[in-house]
Amino acid sequence: MDVVKIMRNRIDKSDHLHKRTSKGTQHEDPKKDRGLGIVETRYFTFHELVTLGGRKLSPVTLAYETYGSLNSEKSNAILVLHAFSGDAHATGFHEGAEKPGWWDILIGPGKAFDTDKYFVICSNVIGGCKGSTGPSSINPETGKSYGLKFPMITIDDMVNAQRHLIDHLGIDKLLAVAGGSMGGLQALQWMASYPERVRSAIPIAATVRHTPQQIAFNEVGRQAIMADPNWKSGDYYDGPPPSAGLAVARMVGHITYMSERSLEEKTTARRDPASTFKSTAVLEVEQYLSYQGNKFVERFDANSYLFISKAMDHFDLSGELTHALKRSGMKALVIAFKTDWLYPPEHSKEIVRACKMAGVNATYCEIDSPHGHDSFLLESEQQGHLIRHFLEKVAKE
Amino acid sequence: MAHGEIRLDHKVILGMVTDGASVLDLGCGEGELLSILEKEKKVRGQGIEFSEQAIYSCVEKGLSVYHGDIDTGLSEYGDGSFDYVILNESLQQVWKSGVVLNEALRVGRKVIVGFPNFGYYSVRLQVFFGGRTPVTPSLPYMWYDTPNVHFISISDFEEYCKNRGVSVLDSVFIRKNSVTRILPNLFADTGIFMISKTPSPP
Repeated sequence: MDVVKIMRNRIDKSDHLHKRTSKGTQHEDPKKDRGLGIVETRYFTFHELVTLGGRKLSPVTLAYETYGSLNSEKSNAILVLHAFSGDAHATGFHEGAEKPGWWDILIGPGKAFDTDKYFVICSNVIGGCKGSTGPSSINPETGKSYGLKFPMITIDDMVNAQRHLIDHLGIDKLLAVAGGSMGGLQALQWMASYPERVRSAIPIAATVRHTPQQIAFNEVGRQAIMADPNWKSGDYYDGPPPSAGLAVARMVGHITYMSERSLEEKTTARRDPASTFKSTAVLEVEQYLSYQGNKFVERFDANSYLFISKAMDHFDLSGELTHALKRSGMKALVIAFKTDWLYPPEHSKEIVRACKMAGVNATYCEIDSPHGHDSFLLESEQQGHLIRHFLEKVAKE
Repeated sequence: MAHGEIRLDHKVILGMVTDGASVLDLGCGEGELLSILEKEKKVRGQGIEFSEQAIYSCVEKGLSVYHGDIDTGLSEYGDGSFDYVILNESLQQVWKSGVVLNEALRVGRKVIVGFPNFGYYSVRLQVFFGGRTPVTPSLPYMWYDTPNVHFISISDFEEYCKNRGVSVLDSVFIRKNSVTRILPNLFADTGIFMISKTPSPP
């Protein structure tokens, strides 16, 4: 457990007791001067959102960040969409933080999403726990956190909330919507819900429909949370959170984000036949997973995990995407990764198929990256090349 | 590229395609031909290419490309969804040439096929007198590193079209970087055909 504690202390904390670096996770000189430097999260609140299920959520706050500047025609705005556990902080550094935002490799001056050219927006999804209204927010009717009283949300609802933000920013048409994993699902939802408001879409490592296999992994995570005695039917905000359950949920998720090889590279299994069974992690892969799980509980809310994973599981655009895209004039860049077994390339090809059938101009590339599903967060060179040139083309038209 | 030297086979194809047409280039490589067509003929182009590295070059050129097999990539397209489907230097490299040709003829109103001629006199001489697998300017590979899985002669292709009721709308033959008409199956190293499934349109 000591290893876990030490590693936990290293992450995102101002009171570092044991400042240590470990191979593979250390960021080389973050080049703060060349990048965006310090960025801040802002908040936008609107009156009401009626969910797809007919429930009213009011008021609704979205945490968001923007990078670069909006041009006078308001034609250079790109909405970047985060994955399951992401947030509005896509790039740059928060005051005092050691680590940059989650897509720092791709967003910034001179990067693929070039903030010298484009106005990049990222907001935390509703249902989340990073500043946007979610199950941990205060329910104005009760004065307590929503917990399970939070309405069931869908990817559709997340996108509708984002549309309010885009309206608020005075943007009629986005140059692009882009994201990986659940961010890719949102990009697809934007294509289907608001084809007249996006000029192009970049769904990465995504799928048109959550399959039973993907749902199954999420369900294991949910069951782990709900089996934690601290969960208390979601009403735990006055006491200790269901950390053990949430950590297990994260461990399951984390396994699915990695390829066999990347897991191998992160850990070298030291098998000791003389050891006895212990409840603590012995093998490096065990330590790695429990480190990931324990790190996660500090920054994520268990009920958000339940609601967001359900939103993903209900995602199914297989019937409507082609229809929605007909005569949209949209362009699409679809990216998949060879070693991604959670949202394998076959699923991305289905997205391309829907585009083709709708006559949408689509580019598809399957990148030979070794990092599994997580490649969209790690692969800067090839992914960046595709995005950079695709955006240049769209911006020119 | 377009302002530099344009390859003769590309020039020939450029001459066959009408302005503003929609074009699907099967096996588009690094997108050289497709970008010339977009520039010179303002076509709406789409490419399919197997090589990941070539895809990066295509996207850099601003082309719309699909990373995948041409053997399997056509089924989603409706009948006649492109004015032209191009198979330049790629038909001899796919396993199921007949299937791909049929699909190309279904998806494209016109299909342009360019291939190295296996009936070329030098090929015949090398096989007949040398007893060796031929190496020519249009078939430059050794037997162990060739991407070609089929060998087609101009006569083979003409016969195929005749037997299948495929109309030949145009044909151009190339010999050592110039266009030739004399006994093409013997003297041309490359043949380029424009074909169509339907009877010749007016």
